[in-house]
Amino acid sequence: MHLMYFTEQPMSAYDAQEGLNYGATALTFSNRHFDPVAGSRLYNQYLEEFILAEECGADGIMLNEHHNAPFCMQAKANVFASILAAVTKRVKIVLLGNPLPLAENPIRLAEELAMIDMISKGRLVSGFVRGGGQEQLATGVNPAFNRERFNEAHDLIVKAWTQPGPFRWEGTHYQHRVVNPWAVPLQKPYPRVWIPGVLSKETVIWAAQHRYPYIALNTSIDATKVIWDLYDKTAEECGYTAGPENRGYLIRVHVQDTEEKAIRNARQFMWMQGEFTGLAHPVWANPAGYFSPSGRRGFVEFAVGRAKNPRGAPTFEEQRESMMIVCGTPEQCVARLKTLMEATRPGIFGFWANDGNVSPEDSKNCIRLLCQEVMPAIREHGRKLGLNSPFEADAPVSIDYSTDLRRAAAE
Amino acid sequence: MSGSVAWTEHAATVAGCRLHYARAGSGPALLILHHDIGTVDRLAFYDALAARFDVIVPHHPGWGKSERPHWLRHPRDIAAIYQWVIADLGLHDISLVGLGFGGWIAAEMASLSPERFRRLALVCPMGIKPPEGDITDQAIMSYIAYPMAGFHDEAAFKRVYGDVSTDQLEAWDIAREMSFRTAWKPYMYSQTLPHLLGGVRTPALILWGAENRIVPKSAGEAYKAALRDATLTVLPDAGHFIEMEKPGEVAKLVLDFVNAN
Repeated sequence: MHLMYFTEQPMSAYDAQEGLNYGATALTFSNRHFDPVAGSRLYNQYLEEFILAEECGADGIMLNEHHNAPFCMQAKANVFASILAAVTKRVKIVLLGNPLPLAENPIRLAEELAMIDMISKGRLVSGFVRGGGQEQLATGVNPAFNRERFNEAHDLIVKAWTQPGPFRWEGTHYQHRVVNPWAVPLQKPYPRVWIPGVLSKETVIWAAQHRYPYIALNTSIDATKVIWDLYDKTAEECGYTAGPENRGYLIRVHVQDTEEKAIRNARQFMWMQGEFTGLAHPVWANPAGYFSPSGRRGFVEFAVGRAKNPRGAPTFEEQRESMMIVCGTPEQCVARLKTLMEATRPGIFGFWANDGNVSPEDSKNCIRLLCQEVMPAIREHGRKLGLNSPFEADAPVSIDYSTDLRRAAAE
Repeated sequence: MSGSVAWTEHAATVAGCRLHYARAGSGPALLILHHDIGTVDRLAFYDALAARFDVIVPHHPGWGKSERPHWLRHPRDIAAIYQWVIADLGLHDISLVGLGFGGWIAAEMASLSPERFRRLALVCPMGIKPPEGDITDQAIMSYIAYPMAGFHDEAAFKRVYGDVSTDQLEAWDIAREMSFRTAWKPYMYSQTLPHLLGGVRTPALILWGAENRIVPKSAGEAYKAALRDATLTVLPDAGHFIEMEKPGEVAKLVLDFVNAN
């Protein structure tokens, strides 16, 4: 298994009452509530925690980015990835990921990622995402072309990584006169690409068609099984059989010496009025054209308050019960996580361990217990269950580099 | 506005896409171009004009019952599509009535054909960057809140949309997506259009609602300044969707203007 440490890197140092007064804690919630003194402290705290996670035995550090968002103060995952490339020695730097449609110049991303891969001596995992709906609005990128831009930027980056320049790119959304970056990845054919997601069927299918591992972001066990069914079916159509090396799962888990303390801190997963992505208007999260057309009717009813959120709004207790949040002592967490592993069989396991207002001391204690006590037991159990990571399985980086495809099925 | 006007529905294939339009009345041809939020099938405003003109109300490509051209990127593309429609229908001495976003399309058409049209009626047109204020961004507003913001008189909104059906919400989402596909950035205006309007020979009437919360009135003044022969008339107690708020009054202003010699 590949076991990663993750935190949303919350910008929790603002007055929660201000968010309540305004009625939203995302997109348009004013950044006059952002205190750069606290920001400086928190950025450095999170870097220390990532370094600690490596020292304590994590296989990977998972990073992401968001914009106009108190729930995540990392506005550019490549910035932290660059720092960690230099200051860590062993962990994989797993970006889940760079929001491709937000890039006006994907070649710049290809260069940055190549630099991170070389500086880290080949430890980059370069995940790609569409970016949330709010990211499109925050960065002025047209949501109606989100998926087209994602696909085209991906194809352009992979070409820049794998084919010698100079070449010209005349696409629909991107045109480049001379693609010839003097920075190419150390890993060949190119760094592993993992695709995180929550519910878009189109993304699951796209990931399976490319043979890229799909990382289910804290979905319920039932929803996760539906994702794997779709992935597996698509994989068969593409001529290969998917396994644990194609599956990742991110779970919120907070570990402390006592259950009481763990529960108290784990409640911070519900900060910002119960919405970890902040209180926001539904049309911010799903601007027109961003969402799958098949979900249009249900969404418009939800957006005007006539229907419930299709994702539901489970309470903390309900999420503990359904194992979308795991918390407790190391022994308690290991037992719950084993159940999750047996139910979802991932080869990649991300632990989203600290969020909201957990003290620096408790965050570090959680990381120590997680990496030194929970992870070894999980790793051992994964071995018994045959849950190999893409590295352990030596899986091909993409379908184009697969040598085991069943031709008849593929054609 | 008796509601007895006989409308017929048609489809034209233009630029590879099926385009829906409704047609009624007889007399000089009048092409009405709808708002960014699309249009309901029947409006008192359309009926009033159909009493005196051969009125054609298309659904913009991608909106309503018209097929989406996946390649469509700009209102100027829609303007070219309508020039094509007019040519196919063999219409001459035609006047344009552009409503909001449709006003932008009408202005693009006039700039591309400075002598072709008889009259140009621009009703709260988008398309020019307001010198003061900004065009309201529907991207961060709910499906009902945005159209409602365009009405000064909420009762008029109720009269047209009632309790708002789910079909209507879906149509608004599709209309919104098309607005994004054609006018996302810069949002709802062209940086080149003001420089191209000076050649237009067609007399223009610009109508504005004094309480327009969608497009600031300064944009109307900018249109007036950019065009050679334009008057700007401001209606009191009216918002952005003035043809739905004051159908009789707006129809009469348009009718008198188009018929004037």
